[in-house]
Amino acid sequence: MKTMKGLPICAALLGGLLPIAAAYGAGYTAVTAARLTNPEPENWLMTRGNYQGWSYSPLDQINAGNVKKLVPVWAYSTGVNSGHQSPPIVNNGVMFVSTPSAQVIALDAKTGTPLWRYKRELPDDFSALHNTNRGVALYGDKVYVMGLEPVLVALDAKTGKVVWEATLEDYHQGYYSTMAPLIVKGKVMAGVSGGEFGVRGFVAAFDAETGSPVWKTYTVPAPGEPGSNTWETPDTWKRGGASTWMTGNYDPDTNLTFWGTGNASPWFGDQRPGDNLYTSSTVAIDPDTGAIKSHFQYHWNDSWDWDEMNAPMVVDYKKDGKTVKGLLKPARNGYLYWLSRSSDGIGFVGATNYVKQDVFKSIDPKTGRPTYNEDKKPGTGKKASFCPSLWGGKDWPFEAYNPKTGMVYIPANENHCGFLEGKVQEYVAGKWWTGVDIPDIGFTVAKDAKFFGDIQAWDVSGGKKVWDYKFEKSMAWGPILTTGGGLVFTGGTNDRKFRAFDASTGKLLWQVATNSGVTAPPSSFSVDGKQYVAVVSGWGVDPAFQQGLLHNLIPSWDAAVPEGGVIWVFALSE
Amino acid sequence: MNKDNKTPCHDCQRRAAQRRTVLKTVLGLGVSLPFFDVVKAAAKDPAATPPTVGDQFVFVLGDKKGEVIKVEDLAVGGPQQLAYPMEPTGGVVRDGSRLNQVLLIRFDPAQLTPEAKANSGEGVVAYSAICTHQGCDVSQWKTDTNTLLCVCHGSEYDPKDRAKVTFGPAPRRLAMLPVKVEAGVVMVASAFKGKPGFMDL
Repeated sequence: MKTMKGLPICAALLGGLLPIAAAYGAGYTAVTAARLTNPEPENWLMTRGNYQGWSYSPLDQINAGNVKKLVPVWAYSTGVNSGHQSPPIVNNGVMFVSTPSAQVIALDAKTGTPLWRYKRELPDDFSALHNTNRGVALYGDKVYVMGLEPVLVALDAKTGKVVWEATLEDYHQGYYSTMAPLIVKGKVMAGVSGGEFGVRGFVAAFDAETGSPVWKTYTVPAPGEPGSNTWETPDTWKRGGASTWMTGNYDPDTNLTFWGTGNASPWFGDQRPGDNLYTSSTVAIDPDTGAIKSHFQYHWNDSWDWDEMNAPMVVDYKKDGKTVKGLLKPARNGYLYWLSRSSDGIGFVGATNYVKQDVFKSIDPKTGRPTYNEDKKPGTGKKASFCPSLWGGKDWPFEAYNPKTGMVYIPANENHCGFLEGKVQEYVAGKWWTGVDIPDIGFTVAKDAKFFGDIQAWDVSGGKKVWDYKFEKSMAWGPILTTGGGLVFTGGTNDRKFRAFDASTGKLLWQVATNSGVTAPPSSFSVDGKQYVAVVSGWGVDPAFQQGLLHNLIPSWDAAVPEGGVIWVFALSE
Repeated sequence: MNKDNKTPCHDCQRRAAQRRTVLKTVLGLGVSLPFFDVVKAAAKDPAATPPTVGDQFVFVLGDKKGEVIKVEDLAVGGPQQLAYPMEPTGGVVRDGSRLNQVLLIRFDPAQLTPEAKANSGEGVVAYSAICTHQGCDVSQWKTDTNTLLCVCHGSEYDPKDRAKVTFGPAPRRLAMLPVKVEAGVVMVASAFKGKPGFMDL
């Protein structure tokens, strides 16, 4: 790991690129550890709104009774194509939005007036499977963004000027990064993508002030480390995957960060016998030391490319009349998991499938370990079909938890399956290394399916689905926001719409067609006492690729959704 | 106000020092050269130098990795073979830049469009292996459509028609590398037609 310093001098050498002092320069409010632990309702200081990952705003000025009066108050074109997956982050009237290829735009949150813009120049030989960016993190007077290559960049929040950079790994080995960093007590944590290129995942922490590396923890153990016996064939761990491509959540009570890990690598389990810890797992990491304190693996010896990259939400719920300090996760494997959390470990409480899943024969009620229908497990030279497809019951788009309704809202996808047959591929650093060529990745839909995308609401304490809203002609790729006003906001459909639902009943209350498809997390904030809802519309990457496949299967569906990023900000009409 | 704030280069201190050294040399000689040409010349590393006339090709993958590619090594009708150019006298493989990675593919010459044919040798055509969409490897082959396929977002190119885009998000064709054949060995005939790589947004 290298830390790059001295860049302000470089910037001066280059000349002419120094940012201007923005109007709010003196007035920017520093972000403290205390503010991140207890974020003010009027702000949206991190990707999912709070450390617990709820994607919940307590603001209630916009509610089920008046949401029909929601109108755009300003919009701003990012000038960038491809998949925008970044939430508008807001700190006391200043908004920060990142774009694909890690640009950052700072704007006045009330008026949309641009304040500064940061553009990152990629090396000319760089490539990545996904060029998206999932948002900035704030701490002190800095803004942190992950450059794709993968380089963690600290910017001056007032000017957009680079303060420091830190390289996480060598992109020539297939590493890249798209995630929003997580900041806990002055440490900036970030992970990596690259599970299709034979990387070994890790989470790394840096000093927020200086960029100095603090710790680096691999999510695949080396020989002799706990869990290494789950890699039964020598050296398979070295390229074992378990990438860490989504932001972790944090529980201040136990002082544990929770990170999701991606698929095992290559995709076919018979090429790496064993459970393959900590692939397709949640890993609890001490933010102070980087020590792995506990883990929970959703499915062992992954063979379906079911990454479990999303961290579980930190949510307390009732079970048999007792409050459980819990974790909740709608997994890509199609099951909704109720777990318990403590400083001693992660416990299994229960799981139920929220979409059709035909791989698990059973789940051990004590450990949560599944048994498999072996006919549904692809291998090397062994073709198998399985449901859901590799995109899972849900992919990365965030679910949301509303403490007022006690419900979790899931952007689910139903009625799609896949089939795979593995082969041994020669490993070359930085090249595709999954064990299957792209043309051989099978994707099917149920011909008689009445719907595909499905926004589901589940009672976290009762363990039952309360309502759902089905999309007949689209998958659901929209992260969800829920609010104290009893609303659920999400986009994610190929008709470009952004919608509001009644959080209690699922009734569609409001919708607007945007410029493109919405695959970014919405956020909510207030300035001068007025509540706003903001979201970036900009279709691309996996939803675009999948839309092309769906068009081939269902010709009446459009082959493409128009691209181009636009930040939309809505408020109630006067 | 809206200011574009470009990131400084990663190794700009080293590059700046290099520039200063070169400039001193140039000024000392009293030679006037365009600044950027000087920088480019100073940075020249044979392994990173783009394919050059007379270069041969070597296998990137498989049992023959590192061996010189002959026409007879390429099956007629595909799939493509990933290759790096090699400077023939010193044997330097130009693998110092991913942008030098090319794909070779052989057809019955009668199947090639006139432009593709004009830049081919004995039915062998060569293209940059770097997708024009996001720079990923065009390393896979679709047998049902006889197209070159990018591993990242599924862009497809027709190798018989100057690598025209036939599907997916790629905005333009692959750069073509004109080739010739001498004594059964595939060689570079001239520099890339088009720019290998992609344009970042």
